[in-house]
Amino acid sequence: MSDRDSNDAPIIILRGVHKWFGQFHVLRDLNLDVWKGQKVVVCGPSGSGKSTMIRCINRLEEHQRGHIVVDGIELTGDVRNVDAIRREVGMVFQQFNLFPHLTVLENLILAPTWVRKVPKDEAVATAMELLERVGIPEQAQKYPGQLSGGQQQRVAIARALCMRPVIMLFDEPTSALDPEMIKEVLDVMTELAQQGMTMIVVTHEMGFAKSVADLMVFMDQGEIVEQSPPSEFFVNPRSERTKLFLSQILRH
Amino acid sequence: MADIHAETDAPRTGREAAPLAPPTERVGALRWMRANLFNSPLNAVLTVLCAWLLWRTIPPILDWALFDATWQGDSREACAGVSGACWTFVKVRFGQFMFGFYPPDQRWRVVFAFVLLIVAAAPLFVRGFRHKVTLGIGILLVYPLLAFILFHGGAFGLPVVRTPLWGGLFLTLVIAGVGIASSLPIGILLALGRRSEMPVVRLLCIGFIELIRAVPLITVLFMASVMLPLFLPPGVNFDKLLRALIGVALFSSAYMAEVVRGGLQVIPRGQYEAAQALGLNYAKMMALIVLPQALRIVIPGIVNTFIGLFKDTTLVLIIGLFDLLGIVQTALTDAAWLGFALEGYVFAGFGFWIFCFGMSRYSMRLERRFSSGRGY
Repeated sequence: MSDRDSNDAPIIILRGVHKWFGQFHVLRDLNLDVWKGQKVVVCGPSGSGKSTMIRCINRLEEHQRGHIVVDGIELTGDVRNVDAIRREVGMVFQQFNLFPHLTVLENLILAPTWVRKVPKDEAVATAMELLERVGIPEQAQKYPGQLSGGQQQRVAIARALCMRPVIMLFDEPTSALDPEMIKEVLDVMTELAQQGMTMIVVTHEMGFAKSVADLMVFMDQGEIVEQSPPSEFFVNPRSERTKLFLSQILRH
Repeated sequence: MADIHAETDAPRTGREAAPLAPPTERVGALRWMRANLFNSPLNAVLTVLCAWLLWRTIPPILDWALFDATWQGDSREACAGVSGACWTFVKVRFGQFMFGFYPPDQRWRVVFAFVLLIVAAAPLFVRGFRHKVTLGIGILLVYPLLAFILFHGGAFGLPVVRTPLWGGLFLTLVIAGVGIASSLPIGILLALGRRSEMPVVRLLCIGFIELIRAVPLITVLFMASVMLPLFLPPGVNFDKLLRALIGVALFSSAYMAEVVRGGLQVIPRGQYEAAQALGLNYAKMMALIVLPQALRIVIPGIVNTFIGLFKDTTLVLIIGLFDLLGIVQTALTDAAWLGFALEGYVFAGFGFWIFCFGMSRYSMRLERRFSSGRGY
């Protein structure tokens, strides 16, 4: 990190990344650069490897070939590297994955106090500030099971932000939500994007993608088929597969 | 519960036509009986039959145990001509039933140790107390040593009371207590080991669990008491009670491990992933996220194992230790008190029932508390 200025190297680098689940070749030769502050939206049909790709970036999945470098640290089998990267990379899941036995506030301060060793008062202050930002400070003492899906996902975003990450990964954050709750989550994400967070978002919300993304990535059958700015991607897609996908997803 | 049934059953009995009245909580006794006890000819017959059976059994039992029983005197002559139970027998032997052959002038030590435990553990049962985990672990680490010094003596001017003199309910509680306190931590480690990704650890844990579970406790106790000394060098002789304790602890750990594993298996993958994504390492992920949820889910199974263990302590009789049941049985063979087996066994059964029922109630309370408001 020291010999490298974060401004002249991408914060996330994927080079020739391959991954297999048993015999199944899920990721094929992925190459992707994400720069600091960039918002990347990844789309593609289900089973195309979108989730697997972003799960490789914080090592929830292991890649078998190629290189992944995050914030100057290469992801290898070295546990210290993995821990270092997970501290810098926040993740939001489709199923929220809040800890049901802890209150909202406890969900938020758990990792800061146990992993970053932040004093409890400070962690609570940060947590309340973030709950304020996602618009639900009054829910701090409730348990996740008492909240709506949209509220839970906003808590999950706040929980990831509590670790002060430099990168946020979103794995289909609105796919498990009822339609009327999608907007409240997307609003929080849009605000986060405007504040300059580096984000990779796997989503089918093309409205969000158009307004927020700097870079669109289209994946199919484990390959990155196309990556381009949204202006080009939506208006003038190059590959036939992208055209087909967009025609299916934008029809209604 | 019965009232709720009366209400929920009502709409199905042909009164749908009437406009729905708001459900009322209060139901008259007569209406309750009609809805619950006499709502069909078969149920009416069963109700009458049950009432008759209760009438035939409960009053005689109460007569025997209470109204016609005697507590008077201190020899069997006091019970001559008494048609009910002769609790005199239990009264005279009570000290022995509680403490075994522990010297009467030293029994205060046992009582003191148990009072100490109750006082130290009391905050654990107070709802608002914030340091439950710290206190619980503290008790688990400090109390066994303290209790050993008090029970066994040999320090601080306390005369030594050797373990063959320990007995009765005291011994039952020692064995059950050690078994309970050690089986949960060891069981958790075994359960985690069984799911470990390291083949050596996994195989060792599976081997241990499957070996112990496939053998009756009596066999384990026999092995511990008869076989073990054969393998030790001559002159090395470690305490019979200690051997029984180790046997019971290992035995119950194997069962506990499987109960805990059942809980671990229902924790969704997402919980592990969320914990990992936040940077928690394996130990913190397990201790803070996975185990608290898994253990809550299997509280009924854990308490079930505890209750089974508590009653299994009676098997130590086989290796010559006298727990509550053992000491009662010994007293029954006393020539001066022949013929009072029923009183003895009822008393021993009652002793076990109090503790097991207590555990069961506590587990129900825990379950109710943990199920309120949590999202699972």
